[in-house]
Amino acid sequence: MNHSSERIYLYPVWIRIWHMTNALLCLVLIITGLSIQFSNPGTVVKFNAAVTLHNIAGILLTLSYTGFFLGNLFTPNGAYYVIPVKGFFIRLTKQFLYYTIGIFKKEHAPFPINEESKFNPLQQVTYVVLMYGFVPFVILSGWGLLYPEITVNSFFGFSGLDLTDLLHIGSGFAISIIMCVHIYFCTIGKTPTSNFKSMINGYHESH
Amino acid sequence: MIYKANIRPAWVVLVLLMLFTLAFTLVKTSDTAPAKKIQPEEEKPSKVDLSKFKNAAENENCLKCHGQSKYTYVNPESKKTVTKKMFAELVMNRDVFYVSNHREFKCTDCHSEDYVTFPHAGDLRMEAKANCIDCHGGDEKYAKFKFEQIETEFQASVHSEKHSEDFTCWMCHNAHTYKINARTNENLATTITYDNMICLNCHGDLKNYQLLTTKAKPNLLQKHEWLPNQAAHFTNVRCIECHAKNEDTLVVAHHVVMKSQAVRKCESCHSKNSILYASLYKYQVSENIQKEGVFRALLLGDATSIGPDKSNTLNIISLVIFAMTILVIIIHAALRIKK
Repeated sequence: MNHSSERIYLYPVWIRIWHMTNALLCLVLIITGLSIQFSNPGTVVKFNAAVTLHNIAGILLTLSYTGFFLGNLFTPNGAYYVIPVKGFFIRLTKQFLYYTIGIFKKEHAPFPINEESKFNPLQQVTYVVLMYGFVPFVILSGWGLLYPEITVNSFFGFSGLDLTDLLHIGSGFAISIIMCVHIYFCTIGKTPTSNFKSMINGYHESH
Repeated sequence: MIYKANIRPAWVVLVLLMLFTLAFTLVKTSDTAPAKKIQPEEEKPSKVDLSKFKNAAENENCLKCHGQSKYTYVNPESKKTVTKKMFAELVMNRDVFYVSNHREFKCTDCHSEDYVTFPHAGDLRMEAKANCIDCHGGDEKYAKFKFEQIETEFQASVHSEKHSEDFTCWMCHNAHTYKINARTNENLATTITYDNMICLNCHGDLKNYQLLTTKAKPNLLQKHEWLPNQAAHFTNVRCIECHAKNEDTLVVAHHVVMKSQAVRKCESCHSKNSILYASLYKYQVSENIQKEGVFRALLLGDATSIGPDKSNTLNIISLVIFAMTILVIIIHAALRIKK
């Protein structure tokens, strides 16, 4: 079997470093975020420590997101996030059916990964919603909570801080759920571990 | 060939971000409009309709002198008309008095009848003044305000213990201006400011502070330096939440404790069993829930504090979503392994 022909160099070093930083920061943010939300004397991470860690990780995530954002504005990597409009729902359904039915029949993935499209349609939509929806929301609302004096006091009669809080926790929760699904979907590769290895060595193995 | 709408989502977000910043700046500028001046620079005639108050005509005998910063009398010996300045603390502002809780009272209900003669006899100023409990104690009508409990708490407080009888109710509550606040005010922020101003009246003002002590007044900002986000804490939390023993039966705690016993642990407030929900916040939240329903109350409440989750409903919903996600993943994985 010729391995080399099935290996594509898809993830350059900067993407891997960014991805790893992002993953670590998200984990720290989720753990500390949960301990702040459910803080009680005797939680795993002490409240003061959790708040400090959460703040630091949040600021670092803002930096790493800014890098991602600028990178996707100006480098070719941004093209992967452009969703082709025509036939979008058909492609989405195809991918969905593959994950719900086809995969169990050992069918081939309908949209194999190559240099032109790194993400399958479902992945693409999820990443766009995640990276251009939930993540900016969580970052902006996070800064709003970090500096409560800059947050608007009231918004159509609702407490501005409470709304910001709700937005922060809501988008944080959505990100956590997507992260769980993301990690599970990574086991759908040539072997259950091959996608994890790709994020270390940069080579994608087709299956 | 697949048609591609060649717009990177990052550009869309950038435009949205700029719009958001613009809208935010607009909202924020209108939000931080300069505060109205509370104190008029010049003394203005009172706008109170005195005919509404049955004792107002009689009270005018006092207020014609005590109602403003100057008073005039004819000196019986020189026959000259004299204008003098009234000591600031003896000035009773009609606008404030006639909206206060004691507005229906006659001055002489609490002060000696002998005050009707002028010049007032010197020994009158030695008269014993009634405290809250003297009138409000044991009165069914006032039972819900729990004056007896307030009295007990106050007697146990550092104020009462350290200063014995020199420290009276009037040190914090002005009988002429007192207006019920925490129970009737729907805006939590103003209640907090109102309550904190009571403390700051002495703890933030050396000349009042030294009425009862010769000690130098501690610098409050320095003493609270350890508190993260000090400004947010000072404007959103009442001093008594940390400096008094809160009982959930009393909206305003009076058992002020020694500095060494004050709350210093973040978790005391930022936790599920937050002490904040013992008094004022509990009262506000339950009032709001009654009036607005759980969800709106959650959004309407001003009582934001990081940590304690007010809504169990949202917790349950998120737990269910999380459990379902994990369940779907497990089923999916199991089916993949089986096939």
